[in-house]
Amino acid sequence: MSHLTDLPLWAAIPVCLLLLAGSIVTLIGSIGLLRLKSFYSRLHAPTLGASAGVIMICLASMLCFAVLQNRWIFHEVLIIVFIILTTPVTLMLLGQSALYRDRIEEKDGVPRKTTPDLPTPETETP
Amino acid sequence: MTELFIIWSILGSQIILGLAMGCALFRMVKGPRAQDRILGLDALYINGMLLLLTFGIRTANTIYFESALIIALLGFVSSIAFSKFLMRGEVIE
Amino acid sequence: MRYWFPYPLLSFALMVFWLLINQSLSIAQILLGAALGISHAWLMVNLRPSKTHTKKAWLVARLAGQVTVDVARSNLAVMRAILRSKRRPVRSGFIAIDITLRDENSIALLACILTATPGTAWIEFDSQTRVLLLHVLDIENGPTWADLIRTHYEAPLKELFE
Repeated sequence: MSHLTDLPLWAAIPVCLLLLAGSIVTLIGSIGLLRLKSFYSRLHAPTLGASAGVIMICLASMLCFAVLQNRWIFHEVLIIVFIILTTPVTLMLLGQSALYRDRIEEKDGVPRKTTPDLPTPETETP
Repeated sequence: MTELFIIWSILGSQIILGLAMGCALFRMVKGPRAQDRILGLDALYINGMLLLLTFGIRTANTIYFESALIIALLGFVSSIAFSKFLMRGEVIE
Repeated sequence: MRYWFPYPLLSFALMVFWLLINQSLSIAQILLGAALGISHAWLMVNLRPSKTHTKKAWLVARLAGQVTVDVARSNLAVMRAILRSKRRPVRSGFIAIDITLRDENSIALLACILTATPGTAWIEFDSQTRVLLLHVLDIENGPTWADLIRTHYEAPLKELFE
């Protein structure tokens, strides 16, 4: 862990802030996974960690390595691009398959096929 | 002073990410239905990938970056495969 | 030229990714990356994706800026909704929107934008009736979601690709 002492103060502060902010955003997303009541509202929670959390922590990693090793090749961009491209696809497919399963079981609060009118918004009770 | 500050903040963010992994794991174990479990798994691997990145910052080792990239790719493929299975698996039943 | 290099942008992007993974800018790696990019573009020809072209580059930049601002704002809103969900339960629900976009690629782009935004999730798109089913986490300001999607995303996409 000795290399971290070489980090100058002007770089250390943004690295720390980005790390803490990114992990807190990810934690809030995961707490949302616990707290929200229906599956469809839980579908929104991981996007927090996947968009803001990944960007912040990858930025911290980029900044840290760039200052420490004087290496201005940002290969953490790859992770950002992969995650941002792939997470929506995953969530879309998951939402579609959940809707399909709910329709087969004829659950309440799930929009039917070929009905133009909307169901009233469900209210969640904690 | 600076090193103490940065070491403690990296440790703190690792603990927070560990808690986040715990939340996702809880949803994966408890989840009332299969799609909740898949969602929990999806969040779990993203959180685990972020934890690996913080380990990479802590040890200044790029091997952690490689493994984070592999987790990001394979996790995506596995979530897609699971949700495809949810959609097609029941048609056969 | 078009025959030998079917997807120049894809080839270039693959080369950049190759260089980023290898973390080097040596001539050998650039040549290898270019060869990989061009050969994979050839593989892409067999898939026959429907092509979409645009000439208005500044509109793409404006749309990207709009999406970034909206994603940041929605992140904050979703965080607030999750943190106070113990005291005040979140009212979430489905909304249906008529989509007038025709181009398949721009519908796919709209799907990615909407799902990457934490407050909204794309659930289903019926290609016969062209009705899009969305799930919105915080439906309090109900009818404004449809207007927001129409003005912020659908109109620029339409202007871009059609």
